[in-house]
Amino acid sequence: MNMIAVDNLTRRFGDFVAVESLTFDVRQGEIFGFLGSNGAGKSTTIRMLCGLLKPTSGAATVGGIDVGRDPEGVKRRIGYMSQRFSLYEALTVDQNIRFFGGIYGLDAARLDARRRFVLEMADLRGRENIRASELAGGWRQRLALGCAILHEPPILFLDEPTGGVDPLSRRQFWTLIDQLSAAGVSVLVTTHYLDEAEHCHRIAIIHGGRLAALGSTSELKQRFAHRVILEIQADKPVEAMRLLDEMPEVEKTSVFGTMVHAVLKADSRDAAVLLQQRLATAGVSVLGVAPVQPSLEDVFLEVAAKAA
Amino acid sequence: MAVGRKEIRQIARDRRTLMILLFVPAFFLLVYGYALSWDIRHIALAVDDRDRSPESRALVSAFVNSGYFDLVAIVDGDSELTRLMDRNEARGVLVVPAGMGRDLQRGRTVPVQILLNGDNANTATTVLSYVQTIVRSESARRQASSGAPTLVPLIAAEPRVWYNPQLRSTLFLVPGLIAYIAMITAVVSTALSVVREKERGTMEQVRMAPIDALSFIVGKTIPYFAISLVSGVGIMLVAMVLFGLPMRGSWLLLLGAQSLFLFGALGLGLLISSIAETQQVAFQLALLSSFLPTLMLSGFIFPIASMPPVLQAVTYVVPARYFLIALRGLVLKGVGFSVVWAELAALSIFAAVVLTLASIRLRRQWT
Repeated sequence: MNMIAVDNLTRRFGDFVAVESLTFDVRQGEIFGFLGSNGAGKSTTIRMLCGLLKPTSGAATVGGIDVGRDPEGVKRRIGYMSQRFSLYEALTVDQNIRFFGGIYGLDAARLDARRRFVLEMADLRGRENIRASELAGGWRQRLALGCAILHEPPILFLDEPTGGVDPLSRRQFWTLIDQLSAAGVSVLVTTHYLDEAEHCHRIAIIHGGRLAALGSTSELKQRFAHRVILEIQADKPVEAMRLLDEMPEVEKTSVFGTMVHAVLKADSRDAAVLLQQRLATAGVSVLGVAPVQPSLEDVFLEVAAKAA
Repeated sequence: MAVGRKEIRQIARDRRTLMILLFVPAFFLLVYGYALSWDIRHIALAVDDRDRSPESRALVSAFVNSGYFDLVAIVDGDSELTRLMDRNEARGVLVVPAGMGRDLQRGRTVPVQILLNGDNANTATTVLSYVQTIVRSESARRQASSGAPTLVPLIAAEPRVWYNPQLRSTLFLVPGLIAYIAMITAVVSTALSVVREKERGTMEQVRMAPIDALSFIVGKTIPYFAISLVSGVGIMLVAMVLFGLPMRGSWLLLLGAQSLFLFGALGLGLLISSIAETQQVAFQLALLSSFLPTLMLSGFIFPIASMPPVLQAVTYVVPARYFLIALRGLVLKGVGFSVVWAELAALSIFAAVVLTLASIRLRRQWT
C-alpha cells in the first residue's frame, strides 16, 4: 500500500522551478531516502508533502489524503522532525513532551502512556526535568524524534535528522528508525550522509528539482556496475588526481578519504598498470591500485554530473 | 491551550523576558516618575533687602516658605548682585526697595524687583509664575489682615486649577507612563516571542502539527496580555502609593480601556513579527513603532495642541493618544463612559485593524 503517492508534483517560485514533475511513491513501512545536494528541491518537496506549501501543479497524497486539498488532515497523519532540533530549549524534557502532546491534541491518558514510551525510547528516563538546551546532541535528537511521533503517525518525515550528531548516536538513531519501519511506519528521510542512505529501502536522487534516479541502493549500484572504478592510493593524492584527470582512459576522478577513485571510460584490465606507470613517471608513487564496487557516492556523483 | 501553557513556562524560564515584563516597568516608573518633573524646585535665590523692615522680612520668608526657593545669599548693592548672577550662584534676585514697610503702611503700592536668569526660557517662565503667585498671595494676605480695601483691582482673575490643584506634573505624567510602559512591553515582547520561534525553527515544527494559526496566535498572546494587564495595574498601584495619584474613576472602565489598548499593542507586536525574520529586526521595528510615537506623539510629554498640523494629523493613528486621554479622564477627573467612549472606540478600531492585518499575514505564512 502506498502511504505517499506523488504524481507530477511541481512547485515554482516565480520563474524559478524548485521542484519539477516529481513522481514517486512510498510504501507502508518503507524507509525512503531522499538524496540531493543543497538546493536540489528536497526541502520544498517535504514542505509540500507536509501541507505547508501548496503545489503549483501535480498532486500528492499522504496517508491517502490530498495535500493540496486537506493540509490539516495530512498534518494529523504525519510526524516531522527537522535538521534543527526544533525543541523549546528553555523548557524541560517533560515540558517539551507535554507541549507537543498538547498541540497534537492527545488526551491525558494517552499523553501519559506516550510520554513514558518516548522517555523509554529516547533513553531519557530520570532526565525529565533537564532543560532541552542542556541535553547532549544524541539525546536531544532522540527527544525531537520522540516528540514527532507522540501521536503515533503512520508517516514520518525526517529532514536531515542526524546533522551534527556523533556517529554512535547516529547509529542508535537509525536503530530506532529501523524499529519504527518494522512497526509499519513509512519514513521519508533526507540526508547528506551517503552511508545513511544504505539504511534506506529505496532512494531517490533529485537534482535541480528533478528525479535523477530512483531505486534500491543495490539496484542503483547495479546500474553503474559496468563501470570500472579504480581505487588508487598515492603518496600525493592531489597531484595524482590532477594527472589522472588528464589521461584519456579516465572519465572522472573523485576523492574518497585519502584515496582517489578514477572512473574509467572502458573496461580494460591493463588500465591499472598503465595508470600506475604513468603516475610513477610523473613522480607520484602509487602504493596500491584495486578495482572497487561503485559506492553510493560514485552513483550519486555520476547521477548529479549527468543531470547537470 | 497548550501553546499558552508552554508560553507561560517559557516566560518563567526566560529570565530576560521576565525581567523586561516585570521589572523594567517598575524601574521606568521610578526613574521617570521622580526625574521627569516639570516642577522646578530649589531655585537659588539671593535677596537684596534695602528696607529691612518686618514687612520686607515677611515677603522674603514667603518666598522661602513656598518650598520653591532656597535662599543662598543676602546681597548688598548692585555689584555683588551682578557677580552672583554672572557666576550662576543665584538664579534670581529679589530686590526689595527701601521704604517698603513705610509705603505699605500708608497704603501705597510698592513695586518689588525680581531679577531672573533667562538663559533657560522655560525655567525662567516657570519661576516667574511662582514669583507672581507668591507676591500676589502675600499682598492679598496683607490686605486681608489690615482690612484696608486698598488698591483692590476691579477685575481680578482668581485661578483655580481643577483635578491637579498643585499643578504637580507627576499626576499628569503617570498616566502617560502607564501607556508608554504598557506599549513597549506588550509590543516588544510579543514581537520577539513570535520571531524567536521563527528563528529557532520551533515555529516550523509547530506548523507541522494539526493546529491552526489562530490557536497559535491566541495561545502566544494571552500570557503577554495577562502579564501586561497585571503590570499595568501594578504601575497604577505604585503610582498611587508613591506619587499620590488619585483614582477618581471606575476601575472596571480603566481595565476595559487598558485591555483595548493592550489588544492594539499585541496586534502591533504580531504584525511586526509577521514582517521581521530576526529578533534584531523585530526589536528595532517594535521600538520604532511603539517607543517613539508613544513618547513623542501621544501627548505624553509634548501637548498635541502645540504640534505642527502635520504631526497633529499623525497623532490620530497613535493609539496611546486615545488611551492617554481616556486614562487622564478616568484617573484624574473621574469621568465615566459617556465621556471617554470616543477614545475607547478609537482604541477598538486600532486594535481591530492591526489584529486583522496581523492575522491575515500570519495565517498566510502558516500554510
